[in-house]
Amino acid sequence: MPSDAPRSGRYSVFAIAREALRQHSGWKRAWASPEPRGRYKVIVIGAGGHGLATAYYLGRNFGITDVAVLEKGWLGGGNTGRNTTIIRSNYLQDPSAALYEKARSLYETLSQELNYNIMFSPRGLIMLAQTEHEVRGYRRTVHANNLQGVATEWIEPARVKELVPIINLDGPRYPVLGGLYQARGGTARHDAVAWGYARACSDMGMHIIQNCEVIGIETECGQVRAVNTSKGRIGCEKLAIVVAGHSSQLAEMAGFRLPIESVALQALVSEPIKPCMDVVVMANTVHGYMSQSDKGEMVIGGGTDGFNNFTQRGSWHHVEETVRALIETFPMISRLKMLRQWGGIVDMTGDRSPILSATPVGGIFVNCGWGTGGFKAIPGSGWAMAELIAKGTPGPLAAEFGLNRFREGRFIDESVAAGVAH
Amino acid sequence: MLILTCPYCGVQAEETELHPGGEAHLKRVGPDGSDEDFEAYLFARKNPKGVHFERWRHAYGCGKWFLAARCTASLQVFGTYKAQNPYPPAEIVDAIRAHRPDWQPDWTVQHAQAESPAE
Repeated sequence: MPSDAPRSGRYSVFAIAREALRQHSGWKRAWASPEPRGRYKVIVIGAGGHGLATAYYLGRNFGITDVAVLEKGWLGGGNTGRNTTIIRSNYLQDPSAALYEKARSLYETLSQELNYNIMFSPRGLIMLAQTEHEVRGYRRTVHANNLQGVATEWIEPARVKELVPIINLDGPRYPVLGGLYQARGGTARHDAVAWGYARACSDMGMHIIQNCEVIGIETECGQVRAVNTSKGRIGCEKLAIVVAGHSSQLAEMAGFRLPIESVALQALVSEPIKPCMDVVVMANTVHGYMSQSDKGEMVIGGGTDGFNNFTQRGSWHHVEETVRALIETFPMISRLKMLRQWGGIVDMTGDRSPILSATPVGGIFVNCGWGTGGFKAIPGSGWAMAELIAKGTPGPLAAEFGLNRFREGRFIDESVAAGVAH
Repeated sequence: MLILTCPYCGVQAEETELHPGGEAHLKRVGPDGSDEDFEAYLFARKNPKGVHFERWRHAYGCGKWFLAARCTASLQVFGTYKAQNPYPPAEIVDAIRAHRPDWQPDWTVQHAQAESPAE
């Protein structure tokens, strides 16, 4: 457990008052930037949300604090800072619902636990049903969720209009026939999630080493020994690869292959406007989703490109498709100017579900394959991954997400279940 | 926007005209194959950050499947060729080498000659 008095100081209303009286000169850096030691018990590659959460729960739940988190760029600069910040757990399959609901429930109290405001906003989330197939699919999901203990409900178009006054229900091409509503879904500040975990890890004495790219993985007799990095060789007992889009490259260094393909997913935000929509709306038939940030920008997520791509920029025509579809459902956004557009490289597995698994190399574990829906899972993913690393065998949350499922045909087929590349 | 020339109809097709089909030159595992081989055939992909051989269909054109050599890190296209080639032809290899001198094919010349289609 983290100590009660973190080295970076505890954030509170009293701290703000104290600092206000001394020109804010007493704030300390939220996390330390040490040079790497020669050896750690556990090395986590990737200081995104999943990597940092893995390190945090290793310390919090298992008392393992001899941990380094290596990051080739800057902390949270990959997909953690590129997603559309949506948090939900309305999945169909039991293993997915358990994992994502664990994550969502951890998000509820994460600000208090980390003493860092991640701005979790359970504002509610609607997945619009715009075809008869979606109506049937989402009704089925609601029934499944109720059995799984995930609070979702089916709502009729009138209720959708009540929750989202700016919506156009009539179509004509894709009329709104109802929606799958998760009242405790919402958004959070994605950077703050990475920063909060980083601060908590640093306070536990873990090393977060940025600008440190792994260029090779040393193994001996099928067991991991060390990683070679741009800052030299670092020995380790266990190694966690948590690098999303570059998982295939790290796996190749370790000598095995993953069922992963990397593609670009993109998002865009509009100019800031006055508050007009206080729920998250996903329209999966047309593959667009939209929420309004606290700054007032409409945050819009689009689809993935179909081809392998590592360039962190998506195809232009996908932006057009997404926006064209959303304008029909939200006519008032037609005159909005778009401020920024960006892409992230997401790691898609064969069944569109993540991989939390041991690997053919002893001591190496992978956490990848979150594809287009990783942000919402960060706390649950870290929780399950920490258990896997600490015990060497997966706990109940990670058990179904092993690499073996591809050989054994035990898929967690959310791509068909969700009807969307979530 | 990605533009590929269809080797069958010769049209310079934009991305919206094409449908991507994933990694090319996958060899189907026969009845004698092991579980590992079959898993690798179905799921394990090279997913390289660099030179990638992949399948495309000229979906809104002639409708045929063809193959392309492309760099996934820069989006540079090295060339397209017909799907009947079991391995990338020599001119594609040369085109890649011209831009990526360090790149090494992961198949051997003997393979390529033994399985190349009769012209």
